[in-house]
Amino acid sequence: MELHNINELLDKYFDGKTTLAEEKQLKAYFSSDDVAPELAQFKPLFGYYTIEQKSETQKIFKLNKKSNKQWLWAAATVVIMIGIGLTVLQKNPNQPEQLGTFDNPEIAYQEAQKAFQLIAENLNKGKQNIKYLEEFENSKNRIFQP
Amino acid sequence: MSSKEFLELILPIKQKIFRLSKRLLTSTEEAEDATQEILIKAWNKNTKLKSYNSIEAMMMTMTKNYCLDRLKSKQASNLRIVHTNYTNRENLEKQTEDRDNLSWVEKIVSELPEAQKMIIQLREIEELEFEEIAQIMQMSETNVRVTLSRARKTIKEKMSKISNYGIA
Repeated sequence: MELHNINELLDKYFDGKTTLAEEKQLKAYFSSDDVAPELAQFKPLFGYYTIEQKSETQKIFKLNKKSNKQWLWAAATVVIMIGIGLTVLQKNPNQPEQLGTFDNPEIAYQEAQKAFQLIAENLNKGKQNIKYLEEFENSKNRIFQP
Repeated sequence: MSSKEFLELILPIKQKIFRLSKRLLTSTEEAEDATQEILIKAWNKNTKLKSYNSIEAMMMTMTKNYCLDRLKSKQASNLRIVHTNYTNRENLEKQTEDRDNLSWVEKIVSELPEAQKMIIQLREIEELEFEEIAQIMQMSETNVRVTLSRARKTIKEKMSKISNYGIA
């Protein structure tokens, strides 16, 4: 193709006004061996696009997903929880006086101790993670000596 | 539609999805994961799929949205930073000497804003009509043309800078 045609096409191209057919002409021209030296700078541009068209993945894709089953499990769990909740709620009004009352103060005291112990243990478990922060403090003190 | 029929139908589309994802996410693994996600999402919408053209446009729009979301999430932006580091200053000079080196074009395209990148991908590599691109990008055709022209001009400017530098 003549050089001035190519120049005209290039101007149109950069204005976004070329058709697909014209763009194919440009790609063909720039992949040929006799590109005008003043236009040689565009050779890699069109060359790159042509090569990228061949980029493909070989990965085999699947349509079933694990999380579908996970959703089923989640839904089942919710249903069971609601079931348990409803049974408990229905039973409660009949025997409200049995909720956490003790006749013997000694037993009540022991039970309360047990409950506090449980809370304290769990609190300590949570606190263990804070120990890592001490390490940070140590390093900090090493760098910025107090 | 059975899953086998679906996979056959989208055989050519899946490579387009992969290429668009790779353009946006840079890494091949990320792009493959994205493609897998899009295929499952489209398959779950199975009943709504009608003609091939509408499937293609719909899946490409899904790809666009999915990848932009990925880029927004912190994890993906960390990945992007890692992957755009491939052209460091040390080999810049060496590459400039070799003006045929296609990786320059890749780098220039990767520096474009996301919308320009996608339109370059859809037009220059997938060779889609403006109408189709407008549908995928959910923009007007005029807007697609303007964005494309802007992207092409930016690429041209950067390329002539490189080529002048190479001569000097």
